[in-house]
Amino acid sequence: METKNAAVTRKKERRSELYRKLGPLIALIVLMLIVTVLNVNFIRPANLLNLLRQVSVNALIAFGMTFVIITGGIDLSVGSTLALSSALTAGIIAIGVPPVLAIVSGLLIGAFLGMINGLLITKGNVAPFIGTLATMTIYRGLTLVYTEGNPITGFGGGFAFQFFGRGYLFGIPFPVIITTAAFIILFVILHKMTFGRKTFAIGGNEQAAYIAGIKSDRVKTMVYAISGMMSALAGLILTSRLNSAQPTAGTAYELDAIAAVVIGGTSLAGGKGRIVGTLIGALIIGTLNNGLNLLGVSSFYQQVVRGVVIIIAVLLDRKK
Amino acid sequence: MHVEMKGITKSFGENKVLRGVDFSLHSGEVHALMGENGAGKSTLMNILTGLHKKDSGKVLINDEERLYANPKEAEENGVSFIHQEMITWPDMTVLENMFMGKEIKNKLGWVQTKEMEKKAKSVFGELGIDISFDRTMKTLSVGQQQLVEIAKTLLNDAEVIIMDEPTAALTDREIRTLFKIIRQLQKKDVSLVYISHRMEEIFEISDRVTVMRDGVSISTKDTKDTSYDEIVRHMVGRDLEDYYPEMDNAQGEAVLEVRNLTHLPDYEDISFTLHSGEILGFSGLMGAGRTEIMRGIFGIDKIDSGDIYLDGEKIDISTPNDAVKRGIGFLTEDRKSEGLILDFSVRDNISMTAFEEFSKGGWINDKEEEEFVDLLIKRLTVKTAHMELPVGALSGGNQQKVVLAKWIGAGSRVLILDEPTRGVDVGAKREIYNLMKELAERGVGIIMVSSDLPEVIGVSNRVLVVHEGTISGELKREDLSEERIMTLATGGE
Repeated sequence: METKNAAVTRKKERRSELYRKLGPLIALIVLMLIVTVLNVNFIRPANLLNLLRQVSVNALIAFGMTFVIITGGIDLSVGSTLALSSALTAGIIAIGVPPVLAIVSGLLIGAFLGMINGLLITKGNVAPFIGTLATMTIYRGLTLVYTEGNPITGFGGGFAFQFFGRGYLFGIPFPVIITTAAFIILFVILHKMTFGRKTFAIGGNEQAAYIAGIKSDRVKTMVYAISGMMSALAGLILTSRLNSAQPTAGTAYELDAIAAVVIGGTSLAGGKGRIVGTLIGALIIGTLNNGLNLLGVSSFYQQVVRGVVIIIAVLLDRKK
Repeated sequence: MHVEMKGITKSFGENKVLRGVDFSLHSGEVHALMGENGAGKSTLMNILTGLHKKDSGKVLINDEERLYANPKEAEENGVSFIHQEMITWPDMTVLENMFMGKEIKNKLGWVQTKEMEKKAKSVFGELGIDISFDRTMKTLSVGQQQLVEIAKTLLNDAEVIIMDEPTAALTDREIRTLFKIIRQLQKKDVSLVYISHRMEEIFEISDRVTVMRDGVSISTKDTKDTSYDEIVRHMVGRDLEDYYPEMDNAQGEAVLEVRNLTHLPDYEDISFTLHSGEILGFSGLMGAGRTEIMRGIFGIDKIDSGDIYLDGEKIDISTPNDAVKRGIGFLTEDRKSEGLILDFSVRDNISMTAFEEFSKGGWINDKEEEEFVDLLIKRLTVKTAHMELPVGALSGGNQQKVVLAKWIGAGSRVLILDEPTRGVDVGAKREIYNLMKELAERGVGIIMVSSDLPEVIGVSNRVLVVHEGTISGELKREDLSEERIMTLATGGE
């Protein structure tokens, strides 16, 4: 009888677990259906591809943010990291470095900026919120210093760099392909590799993880580096698309990224989360923006709606 | 106040936790409530205080049927429950904590600190407690916090106080103080329900003992008419003449050697050798520095000086990772905050130390991991419905087995066990002892830090006694006795 009970409980647990996992997906589908009913143009392939491309920038940042939040931290500097790495990359291209090499250096700059966050938090023992709040203004300030407050334009970069943000492969926008690839790689790292397990363990109970022999400082530093690199990647897409590096690019992007992570069911307390959820969270935010635009809702109201959706998502998640 | 509970039953889902329990509490008595974890002690008491609703049975208070709607109502009527894990506001003062939610206010809503101090002072005076009201709660020791909690119940004119494992985290001196205060309470005709696993305390402090097993009350006796053996027999439902395994494990070469380890002011000049296949007991009073020494060896805390040798080779341990890599495992004193991730599954907790066993180049093989964990669960007979259950849902004994599984899975050759049976019931204790012996027989060197003297004597091959940060003596198994250990532990010759 004991075992039968256990089997029943397990079944129940699995079911509620399934609901919890499917919740954001169902919300996304319902949302898409509603928008489609109100304006059938939404479901047209051209619009959907456009939607995916719009989502890619926020999704990439949110993927990195997912890692950070699972460790129990937060990264407020993503928007500034995006701007600084974009500006520096534009500068690198302008002095004639081949675009592919420039892109790689851009990503490394992002990772480096993230690593500084990580070191501040681990070695300097600064709270993540405070540490990244500080670097957020520092990186933004450095961007303004470097660009002298003006957008960097006309740096060329040739076909390769332009393709990065504007190209299509088999009819699919290249940024969407990059985002998909990043998603797959990060999914594997988070859910199939020991690095991901360590990330979760640190968020679950850092002291226990440390005593179990997990090098928590190193893992955390790398997690912030991932976040920085993803911000840089998003920045490169944006820069390529606009063909200019804006000193104010990425302002307040951290908020959308955190929103996507939270809507996707990752706990701000750390230790719990899924990167699939973040992808869906980013798509929900994207669908809202895109749908509300199609429906002609003013951008002022859009902000209100987005906030309401975040609250609903969190409330639903807590109920289960 | 006289309490009578008759034929209480209670189920959670399909799980029958209480199956007809009788329990009575006379005015002014200390009534020990004993039983293994999961026997239903806490549930019974939670029914008395109104946290849970009984399914059937009667609760009589002063011969009148009475049910409290919730713990708050029970408290207002003089029935207080001091839980093992106290809820305090660490950054607020003692006084603020005592009057939390019940501040004395004037008509304008201003808090009357003077009034509160007066009232608190009179309660402290009655009990002979000497703690300043201005101190923040976090600066108090666990024992002092507990005294504040007890004083708080008296502000409500408590007539019944239920204490769940009150001494689990107290030093010997604090236990003395607690007992003195319990006697004071008795004089005031307050009745106490005393839930504990510590047998010596029961015989010292209680008037009657009720033993519960599997949701039934097995026996209620006057403490003076019962014995250690009888209580244990009632708790586990069988005789336990071989409570401790026979320690005939052979010992081999030295595995771990510690030379002149020092970290002032915690400990100084600690040197000892641990052999493979040996269980080396570390005894001493709380605060003598035993835990600190182990944390130093394992690389959790820094050391000032000293050397550590593993298999005769000098090693450098500056973080736990260095220790784990070399095959040293550490079961910490506080499993909830340092040993386990309570929200995580049994699987995740066990596999945390041994990723290499089922991964290649950082890739986890889920199937291999599952087999690995399953094997350890079976080997240690961890009672869990399945490996995805959060470890926090298991009983204390099973949680401890999960911590052990984690280190056995990591292939530890040296195991440091700090209070391995704290908060663990009798049955699971025995399993842990057997497991320790089995590991020793396989050549693992085990250091056991324990404050439980019978346990130290029962399972150690050799005992080192620590007094004020230095090793004050070494006792071979044949020389072990409580008196000798206590003499060394208190600084005697």
